[in-house]
Amino acid sequence: MDWNVIISYLPRYKDALLLTLRIGWQGVLFALITGILCALVIYLKIPVLRQIIGIYIEVFRNTPLLVQLFFIYFALPKIGLQLSPEACGVLGLSLLGGAYMAETIRSGLENIAVIQSESAESLGMSKSQTFRYVIFPQALSSSVPGIMANVIFLLKETSVFSTISLMDLMFTAKDLIGMYAKTIECLTMLVVFYLIMILPVSILGNILERRLRFAEFGS
Amino acid sequence: MQNLGLDVFFKGTNFLRLLDGLWVAVRISLISVAISIILGIAVGVLMTSKSRIIKVVSKIYLEIVRIMPQMVLLFIVYFGSTRVFRWNISAEISAIIVFSFWGVAEMGDLVRGALISIPKIQYESSEALGMAASQTYLYIILPQTVRRLIPLSINLITRMIKTTSLVMMIGIVEVLKVAQQIIEANRRVSPNATFGVFAVVFLLYFLICWPISRLASYLEKRWA
Amino acid sequence: MKQSLLEIKHLNKAYGENIILKSFNLKVEKGDVVVVIGPSGCGKSTLLRCINALEDIQGGEILIGGEPISRNAKNISTMRQKVGMVFQSYDLFPHKTILDNVLLAPIKVQKRKRNEVEKEALELLGKVGLADRKNDYPRQLSGGQKQRVAIVRALIMHPDILLLDEITAALDPEMVREVLEVVISLAKSGSTMMIVTHEMAFAKAIATRVLFLENGEIVEESKEPKAFFESPQTERAKKFLKSFEY
Repeated sequence: MDWNVIISYLPRYKDALLLTLRIGWQGVLFALITGILCALVIYLKIPVLRQIIGIYIEVFRNTPLLVQLFFIYFALPKIGLQLSPEACGVLGLSLLGGAYMAETIRSGLENIAVIQSESAESLGMSKSQTFRYVIFPQALSSSVPGIMANVIFLLKETSVFSTISLMDLMFTAKDLIGMYAKTIECLTMLVVFYLIMILPVSILGNILERRLRFAEFGS
Repeated sequence: MQNLGLDVFFKGTNFLRLLDGLWVAVRISLISVAISIILGIAVGVLMTSKSRIIKVVSKIYLEIVRIMPQMVLLFIVYFGSTRVFRWNISAEISAIIVFSFWGVAEMGDLVRGALISIPKIQYESSEALGMAASQTYLYIILPQTVRRLIPLSINLITRMIKTTSLVMMIGIVEVLKVAQQIIEANRRVSPNATFGVFAVVFLLYFLICWPISRLASYLEKRWA
Repeated sequence: MKQSLLEIKHLNKAYGENIILKSFNLKVEKGDVVVVIGPSGCGKSTLLRCINALEDIQGGEILIGGEPISRNAKNISTMRQKVGMVFQSYDLFPHKTILDNVLLAPIKVQKRKRNEVEKEALELLGKVGLADRKNDYPRQLSGGQKQRVAIVRALIMHPDILLLDEITAALDPEMVREVLEVVISLAKSGSTMMIVTHEMAFAKAIATRVLFLENGEIVEESKEPKAFFESPQTERAKKFLKSFEY
């Protein structure tokens, strides 16, 4: 292991990490928003829209992000839709993540017992009040473990961004190996930087999950 | 057709080549899932052990799989290990190693979860009948866990098929790579092939994964 | 003619082919404590759920203070505020503290001022002996305590009538008493209630009227609960009460 090499590569890895994080958090944010909206449409059984969203979820859950990205980045310009690589990354991550988040939140909503809305309604709450104050907050907090798992999944998926020429961690490692053949150093740094990025999220997820388990609903 | 670039599929064996590429992806997944199930059950049983060392090791193993992108693992095995150990393994074997490493962890954790969720009384009552520990596992415990594991392992197959799209990065000619080759070869005659070919690849992945994941969720609901 | 607090006229309720209540009639006056008993599946819980419009009905009318209550009517929220309900399972809102469980509906539905309701809530919680638990979450309470909070949550809406649906059925035996004592003190203070229960001693102690239901019909009705429990007039009621003896 050549420490001088590692130190000289640090700035490039740092830049790559920042780029990955920038795309990553935007993707996660939009994924969460998309997921909540889609889950609401399905839960409220809004006709037509609900079927369309159902198809969206199935399609994006059953295809790889890499293929989705290739389609967005290479194919869409052919029909006049050209986006910057970074925008493609955010869009791809949001669409993929949105489908996963929608599933997670939908099942959270469905798992709230009927008696909860009945007791809210028996207090005179309207349907929308019942949803806002009783059903939705519970569904969201019971979805937290699933949401955190999705966040980790999405951050891991960013590793395919190098294929649409985004200079992320993977791209940097590949590039440096290609140029200087310091394979071991480059791969070690790759692992360390992914740990820096994802380990805190994983730990946070574990803490939240433990707290939620303590806050176990029902009896 | 011309505009969407679908014409390339009617030239020569282009479409068949694409299907061949898809088969490479599916083959890698199936082999890896088979390995994952077999080793995963063994690892899962091992993980229920009360030994501290086993607990710590399996915790670290699971966390690595949870955190590291499969792409990084592919690079480590294909580029890194060949460097360090000076051996020669093919890209496909590397992919199978990485996918199995991932699959065994997931299956192991599922098996462990299923095993510890079986009430203690089940173990006790079969012991009370005079069964040996191995008989208890074989006749009482495993059959109860298998039902729960089948949908989850089917689900793992679809996730692996999706992840095989990454193996083009270590030079395996799978469906995406074939797609790129077809686009490249037809750049001049059919400039819009990019759209058609990637759209078809998109669809192919969906057509393979969707029925499998439907089956998994159907079984999950039925056997819940 | 005096307006009854609750009047049920020719109520029909069925789940598909399965008829639960047929042409059911009942009047409840202010101050009545009506105990409804009968074998499981006799329709007693469904009756309460209909009164609170949690069920669609297939015919007839339910009037609260002379006004009809119906699931799909515009005024459903106002009508439901007149009817308080406590369910069998502890159905507090798990993501809210005890105090917030009680405050949610008065603030959001009745638009009352927080400090005013909070004062009342603490008073009511004090009456059921739980004022010191106001900042706890439902999971930290025992079943009996949760059920007492559920009663407070219904009371704070100032309902004209309180419906209690087997509120002790899911409780450990030693917690039954603490809940029933709350209900008895409510009855003493003149609350109007309809109670579905399997606790016969409690029923006998609290009822001003008893309804014995079977197959969706009133088989026997009595305004002399003591007399009813000692010597029911109908064979079917006799047989039912016998099943509680050893």
